[in-house]
Amino acid sequence: MTNVHVSLKNVTKQFQREGSGGVVHALGPLDLELRSGEFFAVVGPSGCGKSSLLEVIAGLSPPTQGEVLFEGKSIGGRVPDGIGVVFQEDASFPWLTVADNIVLGLRKIPISNEERQARVDRAIAMMGLKEFTNAYPAQLSGGMRQRVCIARTLVMAPRLILLDEPFGALDQQTRLLMGEEVLKLWRQTGATIFLITHALDEAAMLADRIGVMSARPGRLMDVIETGWPRERDSRVVESPAFGEITARLWKSLRAESIKAIGKADAAS
Amino acid sequence: MKRYATPLRFLVLIGLFVGLEILCRTKVIDPFTMQPPTLIVRDLWNLLAAGKLNKAIAKTLSNAAIGFALAVSVGITAALVIHRVRILREALDPLFATYYAIPVLAFYPLLIIIFGLGNIPKIMIAFMLGVIAVIVNTLNGLDRVPRVMLKTARIVRMSPVETAFRVTLPYAAPYVLTGVKFAVAYSLIGIIGSEFVMSTEGMGFEISFAYTNFDNATMYPLILLILIVSISINLLVGLWEKRLLARRGLR
Ligand SMILES: Nc1ncnc2c1ncn2[C@@H]1O[C@H](COP(=O)(O)OP(=O)(O)O)[C@@H](O)[C@H]1O
Ligand SMILES: [Mg+2]
Repeated sequence: MTNVHVSLKNVTKQFQREGSGGVVHALGPLDLELRSGEFFAVVGPSGCGKSSLLEVIAGLSPPTQGEVLFEGKSIGGRVPDGIGVVFQEDASFPWLTVADNIVLGLRKIPISNEERQARVDRAIAMMGLKEFTNAYPAQLSGGMRQRVCIARTLVMAPRLILLDEPFGALDQQTRLLMGEEVLKLWRQTGATIFLITHALDEAAMLADRIGVMSARPGRLMDVIETGWPRERDSRVVESPAFGEITARLWKSLRAESIKAIGKADAAS
Repeated sequence: MKRYATPLRFLVLIGLFVGLEILCRTKVIDPFTMQPPTLIVRDLWNLLAAGKLNKAIAKTLSNAAIGFALAVSVGITAALVIHRVRILREALDPLFATYYAIPVLAFYPLLIIIFGLGNIPKIMIAFMLGVIAVIVNTLNGLDRVPRVMLKTARIVRMSPVETAFRVTLPYAAPYVLTGVKFAVAYSLIGIIGSEFVMSTEGMGFEISFAYTNFDNATMYPLILLILIVSISINLLVGLWEKRLLARRGLR
């Protein structure tokens, strides 16, 4: 499986600053190829344009320059079929039950009612939400709500899953376990996964390849191959390679993170 | 604190009732000014049983219902449009901010000249009073919809209309309901106020007719009836609002 699933060519993203008329150069220029079925993680200092990158890939916002190809077709600010996204923020709808939240993912997918139900049941079981099927998000913990959002993405059977710091709000132990579940799900679905994280250990533990981004405007400084086997879990943290990868990530990122902090100071 | 709230409110209400009753019975308030509350309740019962004023009551309530329905449906639709069209929003914001300084009822005679002395001018007054409250409160709710929910709508491929009905309005529902509560009160005020000013029918007309004839046995029961209707509808909407908020863990 070495064919290219997503390819970004010379992509930049700029935002119009509100009021003042200036622009914020958030991202790029950046070239990136995601291989079909790989687990790709992105790390970078906060505010470096990671979420902007994800939104460009998802077709949620058009790139200012350059081109994004998904399965060979250009994405121009439209969400193509076959992409699922789990956002950093809680995106569960508080007025819907867990089941109704999840079935929302299937709105535009032409399948029979039985298949619909089967997919929802499978996603609910996979995310361990069985006893909460008819609960409302307010009755769940933050981690559980994020599982609802993952389940909503899973039922769509996406070929590309984009995850934007999905465990950012969770405690370390829960994060490690959720990481394992994402690995399991990655193996079961065969989808390509693009995971944004600020946790270096998370990237080192989960990904096949890790992209390291510079401070804003975010560029890819380095891509590190982890070389983990497909059958892996959180116990890879015990291997010496894990320490080497995290060390290398930190070496690349330290200077950039300092830059990012400096920028934040200058801005305030 | 909260556990005492409901009994406390009942106590205040009963206290007022009993206090008024005593003041009236001891003639501190003379019977030509006001009847004791128990008699008002009795008179209301008799009025309703006799059925003489049922037509007036039906007229007022149906007009108020129409004005209310218009204010809510037009208000919500307008808010959805204004929310999406930035220039409209900027143009209308000052109007929203100063709208309730305009004495809408002052336009009533003008409306009568245009539409004649029928239901339409009254319904328009009720509508004009209520619609802005619905728009302003709905906009307030729409402004708060988290961007991540709109992005999610796009990921599951909702059209803009679907997004409005399945995401933005449900999210804004508690705020919309606040506007709805205003619309209930304003539609009654609009209809009854118009009937006071110039009309040949309706509860407002009957109240002012009873007033000029010193007919307290008709006037006070009708006022009480208006109070009962308005408060019960408000309570119902309030209960609905509470359920929505409780489900979202907000109350
Ligand atoms: N919609 C927007 N309008 C203006 N500026 C934005 C917008 N979205 C992001 N930015 C800016 O772009 C930069 C990158 O943001 P983001 O992609 O969210 O970074 P990250 O996810 O890496 O923390 C930040 O400086 C942010 O303020
Ligand atoms: Mg981000």
